[in-house]
Amino acid sequence: MNFDFLLDGANWSLSAPDAFPHRILEHLGYTGLALLIAVAIAFPIGMWIGHTGRGAFVAINVGNAGRALPTLGVLMLALSLVGIGLLPVTVALVILAVPPILATTYAGVRAVPGETVDAARGVGMTSTQIALRVELPIALPIVLGGLRNATLQVISTATIAAYVGLGGLGRYLFDGLSVSDYSQVVAGAVVVAVLAVVVDLLLAGIQRLLVSPGIDGRALRAPRRASADVAAVPVPQSTT
Amino acid sequence: MSFFSELWDYLDINHSSVVEALTQHIWLALLPVAIAFVLALPLGWAVDRFGVFKHIALTLGSIIYTIPSLALLLLIPGVVGTSILDPTNVVIALTLYSLALLVRTTADGLGSVDDSVLQAATAMGYKPAKRWFTVQLPLAMPVILAGLRVATVANVSMVSVAALIGIGGLGQLFTRGFQLGFYAPPIVIGLVLSVLLALVADIVIVLVQRWLTPWARAAGAR
Repeated sequence: MNFDFLLDGANWSLSAPDAFPHRILEHLGYTGLALLIAVAIAFPIGMWIGHTGRGAFVAINVGNAGRALPTLGVLMLALSLVGIGLLPVTVALVILAVPPILATTYAGVRAVPGETVDAARGVGMTSTQIALRVELPIALPIVLGGLRNATLQVISTATIAAYVGLGGLGRYLFDGLSVSDYSQVVAGAVVVAVLAVVVDLLLAGIQRLLVSPGIDGRALRAPRRASADVAAVPVPQSTT
Repeated sequence: MSFFSELWDYLDINHSSVVEALTQHIWLALLPVAIAFVLALPLGWAVDRFGVFKHIALTLGSIIYTIPSLALLLLIPGVVGTSILDPTNVVIALTLYSLALLVRTTADGLGSVDDSVLQAATAMGYKPAKRWFTVQLPLAMPVILAGLRVATVANVSMVSVAALIGIGGLGQLFTRGFQLGFYAPPIVIGLVLSVLLALVADIVIVLVQRWLTPWARAAGAR
């Protein structure tokens, strides 16, 4: 393999629009925009379905159907409907990201033990309080697992934005292919792969900060601080 | 109505290339799952049996799963020495993804079998190999096949990406639509066929699972 392009300092210039730093920012821009919209759509719906138990059929099937949809086809269809630009790419990426977020949010809330919800209701919490202060914190490891999964898929798929004339890290892949410059293709592929791994690690760190130590089992492993009572709290297992 | 007649015209003129794309799609998507399924049995066994492998296998699996498919498709030729347009690259890439998933679910499935059942089998005189094949593996099948369903459906939709670098499959219909100036008929045909293929493959695995695990129905579980 030829790493010349990747290791060429000129390709890491901070000011050039076709150098890595700018392309990485573009890539993260497409990813972030799509994820924000997808979370805004899928998270409330997933919470609502999980909380009320109504429409569970929808949540499960959207999750399964989403996995079967080829994003490239969705992108091309969006392009043929609304023309070229950022909009169709974002639409395709949102359609890619909604199913895993919706399905895991639902699954996470559903996995909250019924007696915990009953206890919360028993001490006088309202339905909204139960959803936001009991179900959400307990479901958080699974919900964030789904978000990480969706993020990986979107970062991975945002490369195809370059196929339809936008920027992002896919540029190196397609530009390199079109002029048979394999060194450039390798550079693009390596940078996308590293970006995906780094973003996933960052999200894992954020997950650690957000999830209560009593939920993911850290409190149990901490020496001496955990009492026997804590061990009685069921710990939901992340399924990803 | 005019869109459907356009769709029909496209199919009428191009049916042989559509069928060819579908056939190639089936091969490129399902061959990797089959290879990965066969490889995952011994690997899953090793992960389940020897704790040391567990951490290595699961970490390696999640790293592989993190690598974007287009990047992996383009990196494999550099590692293996194939040409960029060789369909073997797609098979290798998708085998790696499927394997990352299936080793995990196979190990989970084998681990989920109740110890007392295994002890009972030993007490009845089952030798370790026979016990594994005739007791532990069948009982682990529901979990293993659940993983196989996820891997199969994911593969069927992932193969399309290969069209971006010029390898066949239904993805070619998407790039064809793109080259014809976002002409919708081939794109819609490709989408529908891809989703249908995923659905059919999923149903086939569910039927196989029912056939392999009759006790699951007898117990009234799902």
